Order: sequence, then structure tokens, then C-alpha cells
Amino acid sequence: MDRKKLTQFHVELSLQPTLSSTVFSSLLAIILAFACGGVIFLFYHISPGVGYQTFFRGSLGSWYAFSETLKRTIPLLLVGEGLSLAFRAQVLNIGAEGQILLGAVAATWVALFSGLPSFLLLPAMFILGFLAGAGWALIPAIFKTRFAVNEVLSTLMLNYVAFNLVLYLIAGPWKGKGVRGFTYTDTFPEAAWLKTMGITRVPYFTLLVGIALAIGGYFFLKKSALGFELRIVGSSPETARFLGINEEKIILFTMFLSGGLSGFAGVGEVAGIHHLLRHPDHISLGYGYTAIIVAWLARANPLAVILTSFLFGALLSGGDALRVSLGIPFQVVSVFNGLILFFLISTEHLSRYRIIWRDKKEVEKNGS
Amino acid sequence: MVLELILGTLNRALAYGTPLLLATLGEIYVERAGVLNLGIEGMMMIGAFSSFVVAYATSNPWLGIVVGAIVGGLFSLIHAFSSITLRANQTVSGLALTMLGTGIAETLGRSWEGKVLTSPIKSFSGDFLSSLPGGLDLLFKDSNLLVVVSIILALVMWFFLFKTKPGLFLRSCGENPSACDALGINVWKVRYLAVLWGGIMAGLGGAYISIAYRPTWSSGMTQGMGWLAVALTIFSFWNPIYAPLGAYLFGALFHLAFRLQVFVAPEFLNSLPYLFPVIALVFVSRLAFRKKIGVPGSLGKPYERGKSG
Repeated sequence: MDRKKLTQFHVELSLQPTLSSTVFSSLLAIILAFACGGVIFLFYHISPGVGYQTFFRGSLGSWYAFSETLKRTIPLLLVGEGLSLAFRAQVLNIGAEGQILLGAVAATWVALFSGLPSFLLLPAMFILGFLAGAGWALIPAIFKTRFAVNEVLSTLMLNYVAFNLVLYLIAGPWKGKGVRGFTYTDTFPEAAWLKTMGITRVPYFTLLVGIALAIGGYFFLKKSALGFELRIVGSSPETARFLGINEEKIILFTMFLSGGLSGFAGVGEVAGIHHLLRHPDHISLGYGYTAIIVAWLARANPLAVILTSFLFGALLSGGDALRVSLGIPFQVVSVFNGLILFFLISTEHLSRYRIIWRDKKEVEKNGS
Repeated sequence: MVLELILGTLNRALAYGTPLLLATLGEIYVERAGVLNLGIEGMMMIGAFSSFVVAYATSNPWLGIVVGAIVGGLFSLIHAFSSITLRANQTVSGLALTMLGTGIAETLGRSWEGKVLTSPIKSFSGDFLSSLPGGLDLLFKDSNLLVVVSIILALVMWFFLFKTKPGLFLRSCGENPSACDALGINVWKVRYLAVLWGGIMAGLGGAYISIAYRPTWSSGMTQGMGWLAVALTIFSFWNPIYAPLGAYLFGALFHLAFRLQVFVAPEFLNSLPYLFPVIALVFVSRLAFRKKIGVPGSLGKPYERGKSG
């Protein structure tokens, strides 16, 4: 190796990682995760080449695949935005999965049992769904502010409770009349269905709301007073206390909002895709957990969530293609999720280092 | 009659609480050393799966148990590397470990789904039980050697942690790592060993489920027990001697949920084991906060030489 060439750059630790180093470390994390995850294919006696090909064809290879990806992007987008705000304030809401389900439950009640006139159905579903998700998230939020209960545990435990609640409803009081042995509710009246784009199964209302909220969330964080307080609480709690910022208010607010958006996403799933309430595993394909990585990969930046939610939408539809074409269980997505998250937090450390390329003349002048 | 009912419930509580106890004991050491590992659920799943596969192939349940513990330990090293060496966010790393562990076990486990183990670890034999003095035969009816081992482990681990020098070092690394470093204790080594031990115990807990408690393989068979173990670590105030109390309480709760299904909706009862810790955390957190007991001072904080904390 040419020693001189090596001395032409040096590595510097910068507190604020640059955009390019963030993008680079994120891409590195995804590539490493895919390389490691490919080992799974070998267990199924499938060559990784075929595996990846199926994966990409199923997620982006055709218009149909693209629309399937988009369909899964929407809940990730909505939930991911809420989680971004929460993570910015260092509030780790891991309960989005349950909050999605609560939104779906509220929407189902409105659609099937409220008796509201048809034109009011959808608005009421979204409003109540939002509130149900937000209310479910406020339980651990209040436990955190009042009793210092760790929110990671409490939000996670409530996911299991929400899961059982849906199971109870679809097998018991809300079990459909015409469904015989199956456990799901009756189909919603058509007035409670979201319109989809053309012939696809992509409900555009929730997609547009998601994109609008991403832009809104970005400016909220950047420009508003509350957004500023939120960032301070997250980055430096001591400074926040010194400035007299009400930390409890920020915790309650971020939990309310992230829970609400998850509930909203849950409404979108039942009103836009299923048109009934069914087994929780079918309503949410682990969106609440995947959205954690969506928000983390976006570095809790609502605008970047548009991109990362699409990436993970593609991961989910690619995983579905692997299941259908190659018989690999859908849980393979969870393997990729875990790997990406690992490599992400590991390379995050690296992204703080910046490579400074020095001018050749400068090197000679300094003599080093 | 009442006594028999109580002993019968306790009997089931012992059988069900043992995987919780094993995982909790491991996590107590991990957190005492200053590392938070939220990946117990993943380590248990991977332990349950690997031990089942080995026991199924070799018809040797004890070999399965050993493999489950080893695999759980090796798997935990991922968390050790990212949280100790790379000083990454420990909460997120633990979540990633859970996703990865359950993902791998459920993806690779498809061909074993629903298979039943023909050579599980059996409960104590009738002859042995009838030789026990009054009542104990009812109490240990559904127990096996692992149940007894886990109780002994709780005592031994308590002794090691509070009465020996290495135990003191372990606790010190969780309280004040820089002081330990100055004293010449290798903080990284202690923390690595603690995380490894936590992984071994979680793997053992998982193996107990798939080889002794319910000798089958089905995806999602740990049912969030790993998360309950995280809660139990707090409930036992990071002290191994209290861990059996909490674990068997949850065991009894799961058993009652099963027994009361005739009267109450099973979904409601199945929620109880998850609802209960949330409510209990409220009281425990207040107590822990007020009395400042237990919580290792540097829990969850990566140690970096030259930086305080």
C-alpha cells in the first residue's frame, strides 16, 4: 500500500452525522442484512439468487407487485410518522400493534353497530379509530408520567391484551351471522368502504393523508414551538428541565399522537382492505413492530418516513411472494427486520465518523 | 380439600413458572452487570426450537436441553457485541434480538410444526413421589428434575451474587463501571459473561417449554413469556431469591386462566397474565423509586473508558 495515499484523509468524529454518511450507513445496514438473511434460503434448498429474484419480482417487479407494496406502505407510513415523533422525544412506544387493533375495533363498531347514516360512517370511523388508538396509548403514557413505569414493557404487554380483545369480539359478541364456523364479523356496509385506486386494492385516502402528515410532521418538528420542546426533551432532558419545558406534557402528547395515528392506520386496514374485523394476525402483518424500524431507519424524520415506509412495504410484499411462490413462512420478514435493525444501530456508530479528504498540497505543506 | 386445591394449583404453578424463573434469573444477572437485554423472548424461542430439533432427531431430551442452553447463549452474544462493544442502543438491540430470534425459529421451524416429541423429559415417577413426605407428592406431581434444578439455581445464584467476590464484581460493574475499571476489573469481560449467562438461562427456559412442559413444536409457543421475564426481573428487585415468588405467581395465574375458562371468556383470562404485570409495575415502580432499591445504577448505559457513568 502506498502510505502517502493513506495519509491524504483522516477520520474525524462529528456530533452531527452528515446526510451522506447517514444514507451510506443505512444502505450498508440493509445490504448486510440481506446478505445474512440469504442464509435462510439455503435451509429451504433454494439458491439465494432465485430467492432474491422472487422477492424483488413480488415487491417491485410489476404494477401489481408495486400496488401490493403500496398497500402495505400505507399503515407503515401512518404508524411510522407517529413513532418518529415519539422516538424524537425518547418515548419508546412499542405498542403500535395493539393501537392499530384498537382503531380497527372502533371502526368496526361504527360500521356495524352504531346505526349512523351512511354519509357519516367513514368520518366517524376515522375519528373514533384515532381516539381509540390514542386512548389505548394514553394508558401506558399516564403510567409513565404518574408512576414512572417503563413504557417499553407496558406498551408491549397491552399488545397482547388488544390481541385477545379482538379474538374475543370476533368469536363472541361480534361474530358474523352468516359466517358459520369462521371467526370474523359480518361485512361492513359499502358506505363504510374506502375507495381504492383504479383496479388496485390501494385505498388512496389514507395514502394521501399519510403523505400530507409526513410533510406536516416535518414542519411541525422544525418550526413549531411544541416541536422544538419535543426535540429538546428527547435530545437533552436536563436542558428541557432547565428551560422549564413540561416533560409530562410532551410524553402524553407524543403517545396520544402516535397511538392515534396507529388507530387511524387500523381503520384504514379494515375500511380499505378487509371490510370486516378478523383475526388480528390478518389485520396487521406486524405493522406495529415493523414501523419501529421504519421510524428508526428514517432517523425519526417524518419526511424520510415516506421513503423508509415504502422500503418496508416492499419487504412485506416481497416476504409474501416468498411465502406464495417458494413456501417460506412469512415470518422470514421478521428475520430481515431484526437483521436490519441490528446493522442499523451498529453502523449508526460509524456514521458519526466523517472521512475528511485533504488537499494534496495541504498534505505536503503540513508535511504529515 | 382446600389444601389439596391449593397444592394442586401450586403444582401447576411450579410446572408453568419454571421457564419464567429460568429466564428471569438470567436477566437478573445481565441487568445487575449493567446491561439491559430485552431480547429474552427471542432467546427463548431460539432455545426452544434448537432443543426441540435436537431432541426430536436424537430422541435424547437431555442433549436437547444442553443444546438449547448453548444456542441461547451463543445467540445472546449478538446483543453483547452490539451493546457492549459497539455501545449501540440497548433497548433497540434487545428488540432486534427478539425479532431475529422469533423470526429464525418460526421460519426454520415450519417442517417441525405440530410435531410431537416421543421422548420428552418426564415428570417425577409415582414411586418417587409416594416416597415423599405428606403433601409434597401433590406439590411436585407435574414437576421434573429441571424444576428442582431451577429452584436450586435461584439459591446458588443468590449466594454467588451477594456472598462471593465475583458476585460483588458483577454488581459493581452495574453500579459504577468506571470505578471497577480503575480497580482493574475487566468491565467488558464481566458484562459479556453476564449477557452470555442470561442467554444460556433463557435458552434453558425455552428448552424446558418445548421438551418438558409441552413437548411439541409450534410457532409462537413462548407466548410472550420473555417479556414477562423482563417484568419479573423488576418485580424481584433484581434479587434471585425473590424470583421464584414472582415466577410461580404468574404460573398460578396462567393455570387459573386455564381452569376458569368454563365461567369467564378465555380471551379475558388469557389477557390477565399480561394485564397484571402492567398494574403490578405501577406499584413496584413507585416502591423502587421511593426506596431506591435494586435498580442497578448504570443499567442500560454503555461503558466507555474515560467517560463517567
